[in-house]
Amino acid sequence: MYRYTDFDAAFVAERNTQFRAQVERRIDGSLTEDEFKPLRLMNGLYLQLHAYMLRVAIPYGTLNSAQMRQLAYIAERWDKGYGHFTTRQNIQFNWPTLRDVPDMLDALAEVQMHAIQTSGNTIRNVTADHFAGAAADEIADPRPVAELIRQWSTDHPEFQFLPRKFKIAVTGSPNDRAVTKAHDIGLRMVRNEAGEPGFEVIVGGGLGRTPMIGKIVRDFLPESDLLPYLEAVVSVWNLLGRRDNKYKSRIKITVHEHGIDDIRARVEERFALLRSAFTGVDQQLYAQIKSDFEPPAFNNRDVAPFDQAYANDPVFRSWADTNLSAHRAPGHAIAQISLKAHGATPGDASADQMRVMADLAERYGHDELRISHEQNVVLPHVHKADLPAIHAALKAVDLATANIGKISDIIACPGMDYCALATARSIPIAQEIATRFDQLKLEHEVGDLKIKISGCINACGHHHVGHIGILGLDRAGVENYQITLGGDHTENAAVGQRTGPGFSADEIVPAIERIVDTYLSERDSADEPFIDTFRRVGMTPFKTALYGESEKKQKAA
Amino acid sequence: MPAIFTPKVITANALLEGDVVYLTQDDTWSRNLKDADVLTDEADAQIRLIDASARSSEVVGVYLADVSPDAKGPTPTHFREAFRMRGPSNYPHGKQSEAL
Repeated sequence: MYRYTDFDAAFVAERNTQFRAQVERRIDGSLTEDEFKPLRLMNGLYLQLHAYMLRVAIPYGTLNSAQMRQLAYIAERWDKGYGHFTTRQNIQFNWPTLRDVPDMLDALAEVQMHAIQTSGNTIRNVTADHFAGAAADEIADPRPVAELIRQWSTDHPEFQFLPRKFKIAVTGSPNDRAVTKAHDIGLRMVRNEAGEPGFEVIVGGGLGRTPMIGKIVRDFLPESDLLPYLEAVVSVWNLLGRRDNKYKSRIKITVHEHGIDDIRARVEERFALLRSAFTGVDQQLYAQIKSDFEPPAFNNRDVAPFDQAYANDPVFRSWADTNLSAHRAPGHAIAQISLKAHGATPGDASADQMRVMADLAERYGHDELRISHEQNVVLPHVHKADLPAIHAALKAVDLATANIGKISDIIACPGMDYCALATARSIPIAQEIATRFDQLKLEHEVGDLKIKISGCINACGHHHVGHIGILGLDRAGVENYQITLGGDHTENAAVGQRTGPGFSADEIVPAIERIVDTYLSERDSADEPFIDTFRRVGMTPFKTALYGESEKKQKAA
Repeated sequence: MPAIFTPKVITANALLEGDVVYLTQDDTWSRNLKDADVLTDEADAQIRLIDASARSSEVVGVYLADVSPDAKGPTPTHFREAFRMRGPSNYPHGKQSEAL
């Protein structure tokens, strides 16, 4: 794992000292809220519906056990004993008071963490595949690239007042688990015909009010050109991006308005100028960073304890079938810890749960944890022989739910239970859907199905790319939920299509049930997942199930 | 004829704690909607809003929220204000726990 250099540590400490003074000046009246707000946002501090909220970056989703324990400590010391993991590999504390935030930031700095650029019109926390360095299908570990970008983008003087926020995601695998096509810039690590490493650069993706799938601006960018090229993209948009209308300010709109060819030409022109300014220091730095991400020493032990538990314990077997993924090293597995126990708040972990996960990582997992954009925790490197013990420890703290990728593994934003921007609640809908399908015992019969819920048009819950997307809106003072179908968050990224009129909070769970029933009757076999059935049969049977035949005829008339 | 003015309260978040507060009749901030001064005159509401907004060392984000006054005091007319008054629905945190 990357360790802070003296420079990093001094930088974070200085920022924390500055912010402590800014908080004091706000409290003593020297700063107005208008002056203070951009300063607090740069340091991850929001004011939400019921309290302040501190958003802490978990760069490329990677944590060690000491960091996870510190998050648990912060949750208990200054919050209400839990944290909320988000779709951008951040953790949010929902209840800090203003005076405590500088202490919280100092506590984070003790374990080399910070909240810098988790908000504001800057380059945000760089996200990566949560299976990085572990996945069997991976070309290269994307985290050194993500760390390089983090260092380049942090406090970058040209990019502190961008037209709007800017999000970058990196994947080192052809199977995209980082939603790269829905980011301002998505980087896919690829090799050219000569076998040299580089990137496919995708630009102008995004969800929100105007969902767009990113477009390829460069098929192959040599590894050594990464930073000058990124700098070219961001600086072209910094000048061109609209500052007159915040709904049109993201790069996806710039790309849409100017066309990808025009943007490509401008970027290449700028790149030609910038390239010589990067003298190779970035590449020296990159080489150093890479050495921090050497894979752990995997041992080769007998997997008999795994096989035995798998054969004899049906609960373990179900968890292993659902929550494990293929690891690159023989005898190993990637274990996902579901933060989606049926009826629980998606993405929330209590301080006790955090400590158990930290202990497991330290004891069995080469001291590594990951946070996925799907709001779960990952033990990326575990030996199969240790999985029965890991499962038992997780079970004891209600973390052994076997539902990864299933209908109850729902992404949900905080919604109107916390968020000041929300137009409706998300969490109770997720809780009700999970509870309902658990009662029906249909979850494993239904198989892989991604439900994603956002409580407003900004789409933090990624509803556009859910197989079933749910968007909560305020319709004449009542919560109303629109459904989209057919979204896809992978390398085959697609934006879902709206089914039609929305449903009330009471009607939404039965509506989801009708969609699932329709899938079960339409699928050609139990092996055809929801998304394939939807692509094959289209929207019509689902519309009929939701709105009936009569509505269709009325509309045709 | 002018549109009928919906009764309002002045609300904000406290600067230090960040929690929801309401302006009372004697211009103090209360954590409880029951204590809020219900404003029924538009001109009066606008003046009170301007004055309250100037108190930036105490509160953040001052605005007028619709209420419906009844015998027990004002109640929110919109679900957002009902959540602000109560707290989140997934845990017994916020105002709902303080009332106990």
